[in-house]
Amino acid sequence: MSELHSTDVAIIGAGPIGLFSVFQCGMLKMSCHVIDALPATGGQCTALYPEKPLFDIPAAPGINAVDLIERLEKQVEPFNPTIHLNQQVTELDKIGEHWYLSTSTGLKIQAKAVIIAAGAGAFGPNKPPLDNIEQFEANSVHYMVQKREDFRGQRIVIAGGGDSAVDWALSLADVAAEVYVIHRRDRFRAIPESVAQMKALADEGKIELVIPYQLASLEGDGDKLKTVVVKTLDGDERRIEADHLLSFFGLATKLGPINDWGLDILNGVIKVEPSTCATNIEGIFAVGDIADYPHKLKLILSGFSEAAQAAHAAYLIINPGQALNFEHSTTSGVPTL
Amino acid sequence: MTTITFIKPDGEKVAVEATNGATVMEVAKDKDMPMLAACGGSLACATCHVIVDESWYAKSGEVCEAEEDLLDTAHGLTNTSRLCCQMKVSDDVEGMVMTLPPMG
Repeated sequence: MSELHSTDVAIIGAGPIGLFSVFQCGMLKMSCHVIDALPATGGQCTALYPEKPLFDIPAAPGINAVDLIERLEKQVEPFNPTIHLNQQVTELDKIGEHWYLSTSTGLKIQAKAVIIAAGAGAFGPNKPPLDNIEQFEANSVHYMVQKREDFRGQRIVIAGGGDSAVDWALSLADVAAEVYVIHRRDRFRAIPESVAQMKALADEGKIELVIPYQLASLEGDGDKLKTVVVKTLDGDERRIEADHLLSFFGLATKLGPINDWGLDILNGVIKVEPSTCATNIEGIFAVGDIADYPHKLKLILSGFSEAAQAAHAAYLIINPGQALNFEHSTTSGVPTL
Repeated sequence: MTTITFIKPDGEKVAVEATNGATVMEVAKDKDMPMLAACGGSLACATCHVIVDESWYAKSGEVCEAEEDLLDTAHGLTNTSRLCCQMKVSDDVEGMVMTLPPMG
């Protein structure tokens, strides 16, 4: 039986708004646990555009996304939040006065309120929508390479046109029996030198570029892949005998289990009352990109404000009957938890 | 105002009045079409992928290299696939029809 963590507020998502929710809760002396599917904090800032400058953060003009996250982490340090990475919240149930969250790694958290700051959902591999792809995931379909040696002597199909596809084509050309690279067009969005090396290997016959094709279907027995079927846009089909498919289409977000909690969700966003960020379920709040109300602006700026609204509304639920003294940080300072 | 028609993944056709100058993605979101458009039009994802009716494709505008790069990460591409955050509504596209692929 895994340990049960107990906290005032469970925050789902460790992006900028999840982190700032920790700050706002902390200012009201509420403790937080934060859960995120990615291996690092920062959400889309870290995963999608770490080196891009943001120009609309007040008093931090032109700040890089990673630097913004670093500063937010520093800002929440005094509140000692516990951040659980590499796991997705799979279940959320209310028993008595408390919310119970379970994660994909078996972690259990008990909380008095929940703030969902999950952006566009949890990040995971952008999987091609092939009917039976999950059937092969245990053995033959991979979204990352852990050990290059696993592919020695194997027939490998690599799908995608970015850096991962190109880099692994180069790396596996030496160990694999056969390497096929499936891409929809001649241009690859990868370091030009690597692309040139890959094309040279193709000219030497060490790998084969299968262009312009897209994945069409997979065939095999159980979790063992046998054939990757690819097609051109005009419907020309080619069958490639292969042991493994490496699928490199980057990251995609999915709401996943959040869809199943009874929240008022339309097209990937949760309806909230904007003055409190309360959802249709008492004790669950939503902030940042995942929160929706009329004329919502999907800006980090708006999310910061929503985090403050949600924290103040959550305080009243967590501390029933207690006065909430509104204080400016110039007066209160940063309280310790 | 310009009329454009979305064909939802279930086949339902929805004709909507769109304001010239808006992006097709903004129109789709405003009309609650089933579309994620996760990045909000900043050319960082491919979740506003639409399949433009062949007869309208030429009028859908230029496809820039950044859009092509992101289309690499979309699935079920066709010869008339576009990211609709890069398509602007104007008098030229009066009557345009496009199909929305299923949301991942």
